[in-house]
Amino acid sequence: MNTFVSRFAPSSSVIPQYRGALAGDDDDEFSDLTWGSQAGFGNIGAKGIPSFEVPNLPDPSAFLRMHTDDYADPNCRIKIQHGTTTLAFRFKGGIIVAVDSRATAGSYIASGTVKKVIEINPYLLGTMAGGAADCQYWETYLGIQCRLHELRNRERISVAAASKYLSNLVYSYKGMGLSMGTMICGWDKTGPALFYVDSDGTRLKGDIFSVGSGSTYAYGVLDQSYSWDLSDADAQELGRRSIYAAGHRDAYSGNTINLYHVKEQGWEFIGNYDVTKMHYDGPGNVPGATGGGYGYDVRTAGRSASDADAIDTSA
Amino acid sequence: MSIMEYNGGSVLAMKGKNCVAIASDLRLGNQAMTVATNFEKVFPVTDCLYLGLAGLASDVITLRERFRFRVNMYTIKEERQIEPATFAQLVSSTLYEKRFGPYFVEPVIAGISKKTGEPFIAATDLIGCLNFAKDFVVCGTASDKLFGVAEGLWEPDLEPEDLFETISQTLMNAVDRDAFSGWGAIVHVITPEKVITRTLKARMD
Repeated sequence: MNTFVSRFAPSSSVIPQYRGALAGDDDDEFSDLTWGSQAGFGNIGAKGIPSFEVPNLPDPSAFLRMHTDDYADPNCRIKIQHGTTTLAFRFKGGIIVAVDSRATAGSYIASGTVKKVIEINPYLLGTMAGGAADCQYWETYLGIQCRLHELRNRERISVAAASKYLSNLVYSYKGMGLSMGTMICGWDKTGPALFYVDSDGTRLKGDIFSVGSGSTYAYGVLDQSYSWDLSDADAQELGRRSIYAAGHRDAYSGNTINLYHVKEQGWEFIGNYDVTKMHYDGPGNVPGATGGGYGYDVRTAGRSASDADAIDTSA
Repeated sequence: MSIMEYNGGSVLAMKGKNCVAIASDLRLGNQAMTVATNFEKVFPVTDCLYLGLAGLASDVITLRERFRFRVNMYTIKEERQIEPATFAQLVSSTLYEKRFGPYFVEPVIAGISKKTGEPFIAATDLIGCLNFAKDFVVCGTASDKLFGVAEGLWEPDLEPEDLFETISQTLMNAVDRDAFSGWGAIVHVITPEKVITRTLKARMD
């Protein structure tokens, strides 16, 4: 374990055979062949920081912005996954994290089974909005750094430190076309902690966040019923109900809901729920469920005067 | 974003053995926001002729009323019901009238000829280029997906109940891959005797 730590540590307690790699700029001679599989993190140099090739131009970030930033030019760009609804909120029982599972490319629904919650480690969760690959890669990378922090300092990294590590990291790539809007959720010494981090470099601490094209719909439901003193069951139901609302109204969100609950002992996966099943039948016999479907037509069937066959003359 | 995708929605028609079917989704959106889930896009023209309109919702309503007026005038002048093939020409010329400022709508026509009993389907683009197909026609935001599924599921000489199953499965599976269509569906199967209309329980996201 010590040799593993020392490879990434800047200190001098290094086994002689590795010294060359740490000293030199070129670590090609200690590539995957030496180290075996590095699970896609083979470009992490001796300093522990990934090194990416950038376009060979005087101003690489301007070039990348021209071809990857859809805000500047929606036509000519490298297409990245966009529509999403994710939410996380803090309450007395921990943090609820709920996300949808739809991936779209223009109007085409490319997938309905995307995992938008990234399990960084047993105590930390990250959510995915924006570029799928960007979120997946950098949050996995964050997991590596969190583990190294644990090994170096013999204690778990705080959520504040982890999220700051990520925000500093993405800030160093500002303008290069990274696209991510993420919430880092976890439980540390200070209790449940929640941070919003995006690729602009914004890092916010808060109790309630929702990110993505369906976030406004999710906020609508969330704000209406949120309170710090929610029971675990009610909080989980609120998470489900909020993502359902977004899945129903937002064309770019939907398919299924993934629900997580962050507790003192670490996070727990609560379940996967189909949005259409929620519309017609509700989540079924789960804690917090009020029974019946969430759909407006389902809830109000036969109760409106505009339902021709609903006028009850017996009352 | 294109004005043809502003409100979303899709329509599909298929030919069977002595029957035709026409179906639409029920979504009315404002770009990505779903506003209503009861917006029908298929309208009766005569008792055995239906017209589907996918595209800009305001033009869908305008054209529905415009065709109602023109079909009524035809019926009064000719003292007989309009034939599907004649109606298709009427649709085409009505749209071409607005060649340089078109209605943003793609119509689909499905019916059975009263004279010959022949099933008839047709579609046009937004300026009235007619497409008489012998199998199926599609239009709307999910048209590319509809073509794919219909190409795989459709077969000739389907009986009304089998045609209903084919058109329903085609529509539902295609709109489930389209962000701007879905939220319910309605199907009309037209036979020489009667029209069978059913609403489908569809995905609501």
